[in-house]
Formats: sequence, C-alpha cells, structure tokens
Amino acid sequence: MEETIMKRIVFGLLLLCSASASADEVRVAVAANFAAPMQKIAADFEKDTGHQAVLSFGATGQFYAQIRNGAPFDVLLAADEETPMRLEKDGAAMAGSRFTYAIGKLVLWSPSPGLVDARGAVLEKAGFGHLAIANPRLAPYGAAAMETLTKMNLADKLQSKIVEGENIGQTFQFVATKNAALGFVALSQVTKDGKLESGSAWVVPGKLYTPIRQDAAILSRGRNNPAALALAKYLRGAKAGAIIRSYGYDL
Amino acid sequence: MPTSEDFGAIRLTLELATVVTLLLLILGTPIAWWLARTRSRLRSSVGAIVTLPLVLPPTVLGFYLLLLMGPSGFLGHLTQSLGLGLLPFTFPGLVIASTLYSLPFFVQPLQNAFEAIGDRPLEAAATLRASPLDAFFSVAVPLAKPGFVTSSFLSFAHTVGEFGVVLMIGGNIPDKTRVISVQIYNHVEALEYTEAHWLAGGMLAFSFLVLVAMNALKPRQKAAEP
Amino acid sequence: MKPVDARLKLERNEFTLDVDLSLPGRGITALFGPSGSGKTTLLRCLAGLERAPGGYLYVAGEIWQDGDYFLPTHKRRLGYVFQEANLFPHLDIRRNLEYGMRRSGIRRIDLDNALDLLGINHLLERRPENLSGGERQRVAIARALLVNPGILLMDEPLAALDLARKQEILPYLERLHEELSIPILYVSHSPDEVARLADHLVVMEKGRVVADGPLSETLARLDLPIRLGEDAGVVIDAVIGARDEAWHLVRADFAGGELWVRDNGMTLGHPVRVRILARDVSLAAAHTEHTSILNLMQGTIAEIADDAHPAQSLARVDVGGTPIVSRLTKRSAAALGLSPGQPVWVQIKTVALIG
Repeated sequence: MEETIMKRIVFGLLLLCSASASADEVRVAVAANFAAPMQKIAADFEKDTGHQAVLSFGATGQFYAQIRNGAPFDVLLAADEETPMRLEKDGAAMAGSRFTYAIGKLVLWSPSPGLVDARGAVLEKAGFGHLAIANPRLAPYGAAAMETLTKMNLADKLQSKIVEGENIGQTFQFVATKNAALGFVALSQVTKDGKLESGSAWVVPGKLYTPIRQDAAILSRGRNNPAALALAKYLRGAKAGAIIRSYGYDL
Repeated sequence: MPTSEDFGAIRLTLELATVVTLLLLILGTPIAWWLARTRSRLRSSVGAIVTLPLVLPPTVLGFYLLLLMGPSGFLGHLTQSLGLGLLPFTFPGLVIASTLYSLPFFVQPLQNAFEAIGDRPLEAAATLRASPLDAFFSVAVPLAKPGFVTSSFLSFAHTVGEFGVVLMIGGNIPDKTRVISVQIYNHVEALEYTEAHWLAGGMLAFSFLVLVAMNALKPRQKAAEP
Repeated sequence: MKPVDARLKLERNEFTLDVDLSLPGRGITALFGPSGSGKTTLLRCLAGLERAPGGYLYVAGEIWQDGDYFLPTHKRRLGYVFQEANLFPHLDIRRNLEYGMRRSGIRRIDLDNALDLLGINHLLERRPENLSGGERQRVAIARALLVNPGILLMDEPLAALDLARKQEILPYLERLHEELSIPILYVSHSPDEVARLADHLVVMEKGRVVADGPLSETLARLDLPIRLGEDAGVVIDAVIGARDEAWHLVRADFAGGELWVRDNGMTLGHPVRVRILARDVSLAAAHTEHTSILNLMQGTIAEIADDAHPAQSLARVDVGGTPIVSRLTKRSAAALGLSPGQPVWVQIKTVALIG
C-alpha cells in the first residue's frame, strides 16, 4: 500500500521534471539599456515561435558574476563585446555562439532645447555646470564618451565638470533631472521611432569613437535548449532588426 | 593591494561618516527626545517619516533627493537662491543625503533609551528646580548614554556602508563623492576582484569591529534603582 | 487667606478629582484614603507634575495656578519626596544632594543641617545603588529639603519599605516635624503613620475630600471610623506626668484626665502621643473596682452612630473635653440604655504610646 503511494509520488515528480524540461522556455539576461526593444522582440518571438522568453534586466558586470556562479540564464544580451568573450573563454558560454545583436550610438543630449548645437560646439565653450557620462571603466557608452572627448582634445579641460553615472541609465537620470546640464547618453534613450523626444542633441559622429558593439551569447546552460537557439536566430531576423533600429541602434 | 584611489575613497568615507554622525548628534537628538516624550498626535507621522529610510530602497530615496536637490526641486531652488549652487555631485549633498538615510539608525536606539528613562527622574529634576532644558542635559543625557553610544556607532557604520543613495546623487567624483562602497562596486563591475576583495574584506572587518566596540562600550544595564 | 489654598478639578477616564481645600501653614497634614482615592493625584497637581486646567492654587505666599496661569514645577518653591526614592542613579549621594542646592542657591550650612537631621553624613560618597531602601529615602528627603521649599510634599515615602526600614525612618520624620517651620503634606494609607505623624487630617475618597480637620478632632468623628475599620480610634497629645517605678508604669496627662501606660524610659515632662483604638474601649454604666483594666475614666456620651457591621455601634465619649471613641455591640448599647448626655465609665484596655 505505502509502496504504491511512494511510486506514484516518484512518478508524479518525474513527470513534473520532464514537463518543465520540455517546456520551451528561455531565460535571458538583458543589458538594461536594451530593455525596451527586448520586451517588444520577446512578445513577437513568443507569438511567432511559441517559445517563451523570460527576461531579466541588469548590469552586464553583475550578470557576469552571477553566470560564473551558476545563475540560471540560457542567453546573455550584454552591453559590450568583452563580457560574452570572457564567458566563452571561461567555458561558461557556448563556443562560436557570439554575435553582435545591436550597435549602440552615442549622443550628447540636454533636456533644454537649444543648449546642444548640431556640431557639439557647446563642449568647447564649456558654459555649463556638469557633464554627465557613464563610468568609462564599466560602461561601453562611458568609454565611448571619454574616447570622443579625448579625440576632441577636451578631456582635460572638462575633467572637473564630469560626473559619472554607474551605468548609462543612471547617467540619463542625471541629465533628465537637470542635475547635469548635458550628458553623453545612448541614442536609444532619447529617441522614439527615430525622432528626438525632447530637448536638444548632437548625434556623435561614428568616427569619434569605437563602435559600441553589444554582443549576445548562448550560455552553457542553454546549449541544449531549443528555445535558446531559436531566440538567437530570431534576434538576427529582419523583424527583430526593424525593432532594434527603431530604438536608435545600428546593426 | 589597494590603489591610491582606494585610499582616497577610504579617507572620504571616514570624513563623510564623521560629519554625518556629528550632524545626527545635533539634529537627531532633539527628534529622538521629542518622539520619546511628546503626546502630540503628530508623533506617529513624524516617527514614520523618520523610519522611512529604513524600509525604502536607498535608490528610491536617492532618486527623490536627486529630483528635490535638482534645479527644478524645492531644495535646489533654495540652495541656488542662497548662492550655494546645486547639491548633487557635491560633498555637502552627500552629507545631507547620508544624514537623512542614517536618521532612523540614530533616532531609534536613542529614542528607546530616552523612553527607558521614564518620567520619574525628570519629575524629580523638576521638583529640584531644574528647567526642562536643564533636566535634559543634567539627567536625560547622562542616563541615555548607552543610547548615544549605540546610535552614534550605528549611524557611523551605516554611513560607511551606505551605497544606493550615494550612487544616485554622487556622480563618482574622486575625493568628493567616490566613497568605499561605490569604489567596491566599480571594482566588482570592472571585474577587478582582487581590489574588490581588499576593500570589501576591509569593510567587513571594520563593521565587525565597530559592532564589537559598540557592545563593549555599552555600560552593562544596571538594575534599575528600586 | 490660608497658607495653602487649593481648588482643583481634574477629569480622567473613570476618575474625577474635585477638591477644595485649605491647609494650615505648619505641621504635618496627612492626606489619607484608600488607594485610588486621588491623594497622589492631588499631590502631583500641587507639584505641577499633573495639570488640572482652570484650577486655583495658592501656596507659600505665591499663586501657583489661577485660570490660565500655570507656574511650572521647577519654579514652584516645593520639596517633593517620591514613593520610590527616585535618586539620580548617575550621581553619587553628594551630587544628588547638590543637584537641587545649586539650582536654588542653598548655603553650605543647610547641607550640614540636613545631613545631621537625617543622619546621612556617612553616605555622601556612596552611589544610590549601594544604599538600603531606608537610606535612600532619607537621602531623598534631605534632597527635597535642600531646595529651601515653602512646602514639603511627601508621597507615601514609607510605602515601599519593610517594617524595619519604616521604624528606621519614622524618628527622622518626627524630627522633621519638630524642626521644620513649613507645612508638610504627607500622603499615606497607613493609619499607624497618620496617628504617629499627623497634626491635621484630610480624608479622601473617590477623588473628593470627605473629612478635613485637626487630627484628634477628625479621628473622633463617628462618620470616619467606618472608613478606618479596625484601626478606628483617637490620638491624644499628652505629657509624661509621673512615674511608678515599682510597677514600671508612667502616667500620661492630657486635658481630660490621665492614662497609665508601660514605662519605656521617657523623661518626665516629655510630650507624647497616645493612641486609643475604639475596639479597646468599653463602656460601663457604673464604676466597678473589680476589673483588671487600669485606665478607668468618667465621661459623657456625646454621640452614638452605626458602625459598618449592623451588630455594632460607635460611641463618642467626652472625657473632660477630650473625645474618646468606643466600639460596642448594639445589644450592649441597648442593655445599658446609652443615649447622648448620659454619664458613663470609660474602660480602656490598651493604650499605645506613639512617639
């Protein structure tokens, strides 16, 4: 009697496990700056493929530490190139699975109309309080901003005016609340459907900084997950591409 | 090994915690006293406001401070009209934010200590010609000494360990707003785990020592006078 | 205007204090009543520790409260002794005593007097937690005196002490009584303490004053003994008039007669207080020689009233101008045919010398 109950319980548990394994679900760690487009893409992905994408947003550096310590992610959409590369080297990402899913564009932006001119000459005049950039050591947009300032020979001159956000989201916050007069932020943060939402901006020419490649990788855990492979493929498709561009990224 | 940047962050952090603790002694003490003694209907509201930083995510507090201290915020208007400029990204800004954030850690132990004194010693002082202010300094403060020790150590340690609020309004400026916790975050984010360990481990040891010292300094609760 | 005048009204949930009271400017006034009768509340109102809005309070030549005017406690010239000594635990005894002195400009000589008066010279360097309950209370009394008070308020200062400690302090309180020229208001629910210390008695019940007057007069009121129960009786001030060394007795002379009591070494001419409980007094219609009772006096029935129990009566007998109360059964009263104006013999079984 008792034995049969035990058998049933064990059988039920097995069934439960196999059910969750066969459910085509992909867990995705997404760089915070790509949150908005990814939500749209995930919705379409579910509709088109039937797979489900469970999204977590956060800082790429934190994701790295979490993944190295066994966090249950199948796919990483990083904010940089280095992290997926490093994970692959560590053996935590599937070899050869890396690809660039978006190229970020840097913009000098101010919520005040007319402050930022079309050539970025406002930087040379330096008639403002604070210039916000993302932490160049941590955020690719920050590194790109420093690179731009260096190329313009303004890095030293503006050093005392620079305030750093720990990530590009916080940098945007400094500027949006006007605590910093202007700042280098992601084009995706200030445009909607290809148009500037408010204030004034200068889209920094690509020649002033190394392209901000945002790479994705399939992680070891997602190696045998059909949904993970499907998502990687879907991200490179035309439909996802259109969404990505509409948010101010290049491809 | 810790870098010179790390040492700058350590010095700045200790400076910040010291200023904040001193400020709390001046501002937090009357608040704790009022909360312990008042029968006003405002008591529960004021108590809740003081406790708020304890339950709020620091980023929420930081975000509202960023808005409040910004050019469109009330505090921002005030500081600008006083010719002080804006507070975010400055040391005084950090001091104000940290003071607010550590307020419950200072006020609550002290309030408990004041409440534990009870009415009797103060009534005795009044019948011995001591004005309320006099009685506060000559009776309440000495009797609440353990509370002052706990409150000061806790707020100091808490300010040293504070991260979220500083992150929101600091701007990561070396020697001005880049405190230890932010520096640890930077190291971790930049995958500089060795440097992170130096600082994080040091902080752990420091916090432990502060709490040990606090318990050692706290006078043993003497049996209440019968 | 009396030296102390208080008209106070205070509403608390389920308790109302409503008092209109005048007190003499000297001696000990006992505020007596069961717990919850409002005596401590009244004392706290006098001290300003409790606010009775709209009351009137005149003490020691100053108005302390009148309409909206309210003099805060620390500006009232009073000394207050709490039930628990309430010494400052962070100060040694000397600093406890100096606390009030410094704030009221008391001279050094007064400190010495107070130390002598309460016998606490040897305690100065000690800390409150190392003192016995009795010692602490003596320090507390000295501390209250060292602010040059116009009135001394004492809230059951002996209630927290055991019998031995009480006996230790009572002599000091009697000395206070003799040496201080300020009024002392003494809250108590102990008839023994009242009988021993008070000159004036205020009896409280449910927030109101139900009796108020000189001690012996008030104690002899027949509506009051009911409230005192077994402790009902009178207190008589007397003087040691003679000694009978053979039988170890002394004679206490009072206005209406004399009482023989056990000789406990008092000198002749010494004033004493004699307490006679109503239950120890019996009445006889005629003089009888055949009795063991030593103290027999002739008096006149002044008043007869019912006691708490329906079997008993109380009779007040006038003995040469001094009232003595007797508790007797109604049956005995009927058998003797007692009525006011009737001469009777008073037989006193026990007399207690108190102080």
